[in-house]
Amino acid sequence: MAQTLYDKLMSAHIVREQDGATLIYIDLQLIHEVTSPQAFEGLALANRKPWRTEANLAVPDHNVPTTERSSGVSGIEDPISRLQVETLGKNCAEFEINEIPMNDIRQGIVHVIGPEQGATLPGMSIVCGDSHTSTHGALGAMAFGIGTSEVEHVLATGCLWQSKSKNLKIEVNGALNPHVSAKDIALYIIGQIGTAGGTGYAIEFAGSAIEDLSIEGRMTLCNMAIEAGARVGMIAVDQKTIDYVEGRPFSPKGENWKKAVDYWQTLHSDDGAVFDKIVTIDAKDIELQVTWGTSPEMVIDINGSVPDPSKEIDPVKAESIRNALRYIHLEPNTPIKSIEIDKVFIGSCTNSRIEDLRAAAAVAKGNKIADNIKLALVVPGSGLIKQQAEKEGLDTIFTDAGFEWREPGCSMCLAMNADKLEVGERCASTSNRNFEGRQGQGSFTHLVSPAIAAASAIAGHFSGVN
Amino acid sequence: MQAFTTIHSIAAPLDRANIDTDAIIPKQFLKSIKRSGFGPNLFDEWRYLDHGEVGMDNSKRPLNPDFVLNNPKYTGAQILLARENFGCGSSREHAPWALEDFGFKVIIAPSFADIFYNNCFKNGLLPIVLSNEIVDDLFGYEDEIVIDLEQQSVSTNSNTYTFEVDGERKRRLLNGLDDIDLTLQYEDEIRSFETGYFKQHPWL
Repeated sequence: MAQTLYDKLMSAHIVREQDGATLIYIDLQLIHEVTSPQAFEGLALANRKPWRTEANLAVPDHNVPTTERSSGVSGIEDPISRLQVETLGKNCAEFEINEIPMNDIRQGIVHVIGPEQGATLPGMSIVCGDSHTSTHGALGAMAFGIGTSEVEHVLATGCLWQSKSKNLKIEVNGALNPHVSAKDIALYIIGQIGTAGGTGYAIEFAGSAIEDLSIEGRMTLCNMAIEAGARVGMIAVDQKTIDYVEGRPFSPKGENWKKAVDYWQTLHSDDGAVFDKIVTIDAKDIELQVTWGTSPEMVIDINGSVPDPSKEIDPVKAESIRNALRYIHLEPNTPIKSIEIDKVFIGSCTNSRIEDLRAAAAVAKGNKIADNIKLALVVPGSGLIKQQAEKEGLDTIFTDAGFEWREPGCSMCLAMNADKLEVGERCASTSNRNFEGRQGQGSFTHLVSPAIAAASAIAGHFSGVN
Repeated sequence: MQAFTTIHSIAAPLDRANIDTDAIIPKQFLKSIKRSGFGPNLFDEWRYLDHGEVGMDNSKRPLNPDFVLNNPKYTGAQILLARENFGCGSSREHAPWALEDFGFKVIIAPSFADIFYNNCFKNGLLPIVLSNEIVDDLFGYEDEIVIDLEQQSVSTNSNTYTFEVDGERKRRLLNGLDDIDLTLQYEDEIRSFETGYFKQHPWL
């Protein structure tokens, strides 16, 4: 029977099925410092050992400072952040789990380093105590975020109980408009189907516009599947996928490489595979996107205006527009391009890869950030990306333009470290969530692509790329 | 985990859609390496008028009088009533930990985000999906509600509504069973799967 990609990956991992629940085998668990301490504690209390230590890879990312780090973990100023990063190190040592420590050149955001190290491979089942684990689906893996109890369960048993998701195909066909990136596609889709549009589904992104994306772009898109409510976002394996994986530290070598490639080439939905739902989008309808509210679905073209709740027919939607505008201090019908910003953040597991930095640098080159911009941060996704960017001179382009060039980590995406917005500050951010208080209590987040973030830093207000 | 028993309680009505886990428990509280103690910071930014940080004496902080959980009428409520897509966003299990620590046992909404829904069951918390119409009715209902998981029912004085929950999850919640112990009963099955799987996928 013709199968979808998700069905293929699911059935390859089924250990046992009973009463609506499926026990699936987990190939890789990625671990970070925030959602793991209680899982390790549980393991220790029950006197259990990890099922398969080599199925785990850990890295600190959420709490790490992005400023100078020469004094190591002991130099983290916030004592509670420091304890969390120390605890990860201690747990990994105790349970013999491979950890990339903070001062290692390979350190970075967990969803950036997995693929970068070749730990993420096509066909794998991958989990992490982080909702943006959907990112890894870009390589034809089945990857999803889990809670801490499940982190402990995977550590202890190598498996996880799951209920099967339904299949949703989102097809984007045609050529993208100039400067439109994977981020704009992601935001546009969420604007169309809503933040619960993918709930209960595994999304497969397909169509010529998706095939044309680089692997980095595909990661940006799959990363935001969760913002549409879908835990899993995935894209079929093609030659780009295989070329990306080849030669990375953890990727297979020699005879195993050939066997792996043979298998990976089967990782696509079969002709005639049945999806529970299909959404078709014409690439030319997608313009540059900016969010205006407090949910990723509150998004509009950069040439648009803030919506007017009095023109909304659905009373529930009208109320949520009013709530959002009240929080975010914007008036209905304000043109997006006229909205001034205070800070700019380029980074996060959504947009911190080399391609993102190149796109932002291309806009920043030879320009200066506007006088009203208090801070424009560029936070690479990993130490290796930072190194690559420096080799290409991107760091100098950014610093010449007035941006700050930082050390890798999650940074201002969720503001668990020192990088945060103050009350009332407005930020153009390449991250993934614009929830109330996400980047700092009482602050206002607008989600954009790296190119728009850079252009807006230079203009001082939201701006397209000139 | 404690076994889930029948609940008799009024419901605290939180009339908002898309309540995300950042709102349920803001990030500054995720730095704890413990599983307990998150209750006082549940909905921190809505519940208090000042900015909450770890280590503050929450009993001395100014409360937001407009926030529903600060209304004495709802003190001790074990049921939380909310709108669509409750628990969206971050996978943080600190969200159900905070709800549970605060005293909630049941959350009723027309829909939940997937990861949050899963996380609830790991913590003895029952998420119940009811239709928009029923949830609307419950928002207007002030008396005690009875939640019977065995019967899969939600009862008011005048109505009884049934809800869906998958059999395995129900069994675990009713018996307070530990997921890991249950899975390890199948240790031999997992080992034998592994042997076949690695033979087929030797690069892993």
